[in-house]
Amino acid sequence: MRKLLAQPASGQRVSICLLAIALVLYPLVFSDAFYRDIGVTFLLAAISASAWNIVGGYAGQVSVGHSMFFGLGAYTPLLLYTLWGWPPLAGIPVGILLSIGLAIIIGLPTFRLSGHYFSMATIAVAELIRIFVGTWALVGGAIGLQGPALARGWWDLTFRGDLPYYYIFLAVLALVLAVTFVLEQRRFGYYLRAIKSSERAARSLGVPVRRTKLQALALSAAFAAMAGSLYGVKTGFIDPDSGFGILVSVQMVIFAALGGAGTLFGPLIGALILVPLQTAANTWFGGGGSGATFVIYGGIIVLIARFEPGGLFDLWRRLAPLLRRRAHAA
Amino acid sequence: MVLVQVIVGGLLLGAVYALFSSGLTLIWGMMNFINFAHGEFVMLGMYVAWLVVVWLGGGPAVFGLAAAIALFALGVAVYALLIRHVVRGPMLAQILSSFGLALLLRYTAFWIFSANFKTLPQTSLAGTVAIGGIYLPVAQVVAGLVAVTLTIALHLLLTRSAFGSRLLAVAEDRTAAMLMGIRPDRMQALTWGLSAGAAGIAGALLAAAYPWSPSVGETFGLLAFVTVALGGFGSVLGSLYAGLIIGLIEAVSAYWLGAIYKDIVVYGLFVALLWLRPQGLMGKA
Repeated sequence: MRKLLAQPASGQRVSICLLAIALVLYPLVFSDAFYRDIGVTFLLAAISASAWNIVGGYAGQVSVGHSMFFGLGAYTPLLLYTLWGWPPLAGIPVGILLSIGLAIIIGLPTFRLSGHYFSMATIAVAELIRIFVGTWALVGGAIGLQGPALARGWWDLTFRGDLPYYYIFLAVLALVLAVTFVLEQRRFGYYLRAIKSSERAARSLGVPVRRTKLQALALSAAFAAMAGSLYGVKTGFIDPDSGFGILVSVQMVIFAALGGAGTLFGPLIGALILVPLQTAANTWFGGGGSGATFVIYGGIIVLIARFEPGGLFDLWRRLAPLLRRRAHAA
Repeated sequence: MVLVQVIVGGLLLGAVYALFSSGLTLIWGMMNFINFAHGEFVMLGMYVAWLVVVWLGGGPAVFGLAAAIALFALGVAVYALLIRHVVRGPMLAQILSSFGLALLLRYTAFWIFSANFKTLPQTSLAGTVAIGGIYLPVAQVVAGLVAVTLTIALHLLLTRSAFGSRLLAVAEDRTAAMLMGIRPDRMQALTWGLSAGAAGIAGALLAAAYPWSPSVGETFGLLAFVTVALGGFGSVLGSLYAGLIIGLIEAVSAYWLGAIYKDIVVYGLFVALLWLRPQGLMGKA
């Protein structure tokens, strides 16, 4: 087993360890509620963008409606709590299973066609669900749903303060990245990259293209639902826009694309840059900051597409040797 | 009688859907590219019309033409500065480019014009007209008729003129077209200009008849997807039929089920189409 997994280069291993230590110590060093809140937001963004990355980055199937999985993950535990008083911990796996089902329903017809259809279908289905949920009284309509106000036990996942959430989110992020890392090294990862660079060539080499794309989408949907459920239980509240809104999908795409879609740490780097920026923008512009945030997001997405489609990770890979040479010469 | 009025109103609105959707299908057919910002082009056409009426006091012909010219220029600029550089790049860059552009245009409009609904000041298209016992606003009738005429004109331009043949040649085989003395970049820039121009006029026609806010771009963009999916990718005539059908379905479902449910019906139709007949009604398998 160990032999199957390529070990990361030693320099890389050191930086991964440093990053892990920094993430574990962060909330202990910055105990202020404001900074802990940024930390939790960052982890959530990194989890969802890494989830998107599996199908959007590695397999190159660009979903612009991943909010449907996120929203399903967020709504299910809160709905089961509201209807029958289920503890959120029991509702989370149900949401994940529902998301996997939805992924298969969407993937089956659209993966027969070129990738554009998949993008169009995802945005249309996400929008359909958002409008539908907003008109359906059972799931709270436009007002949304609430979670338990007071914890009946730890299984309600309702804690005071951000610290427990921080470590739960960190563990989930580690899980997502570990799964992605293992898959990257295995045959499945090679299949995904083959499909991304040329579907026809991959098929002619015997890659089961449709099945692989479906598996990638199902896995990505499962993790996106997990991110959504964490958001739902942490906030204790969900409405159609914060669950299924277009911003949710956009953020996953932009974090991953800025850092580097199809790389292990790309989404995390994207979130590391954009989450503090977003918090700062909201502080500066006040409540009206969300409009400005979108203008900036749009601008960043256009610039990435035009100049650096590989994201910052790719840019760094090209710049690093040049910088090292210059440092050597000096 | 009310139902007849609903149906005619739906068909007239559907004609405008057909006009802007033909712009989307044009780009898809010629370049195999999905423009996620197409609905935003429609939205900008509405604001151009509004600015022309408010600042210059122009009539319908003036603001319609102004929206067409402004959006034609924007389409050419978007192609030259952005699309040309990504269209042969990775899929992610293609989708991100127009998706990012959509966000940029939509929220810049929010910033400049605010989220409030706007209507055009009273123009010469005010008032209603009675035809065979049903009453329709003049602006809707004019919008529908102009849109049908322009969509058919666009179809003829593509299928009957030398210009249309050159566009098709570039779409078929870029290199061969170049050898025939056609400049692919120029033809594709014109395609983007035509596509955005069609969206701009459609926006001006809609602005004369309905109130709007910056978020309509998203709605119209999705409607254009549905129309193109129904009519078949790359077919202007197909999007004319599909636009009329969707206008009809929307109007009737709003009448029977209530206004909120019309979007659900239309998007549901889209998802069903992708499941059952992804090449569109008139497309080839």
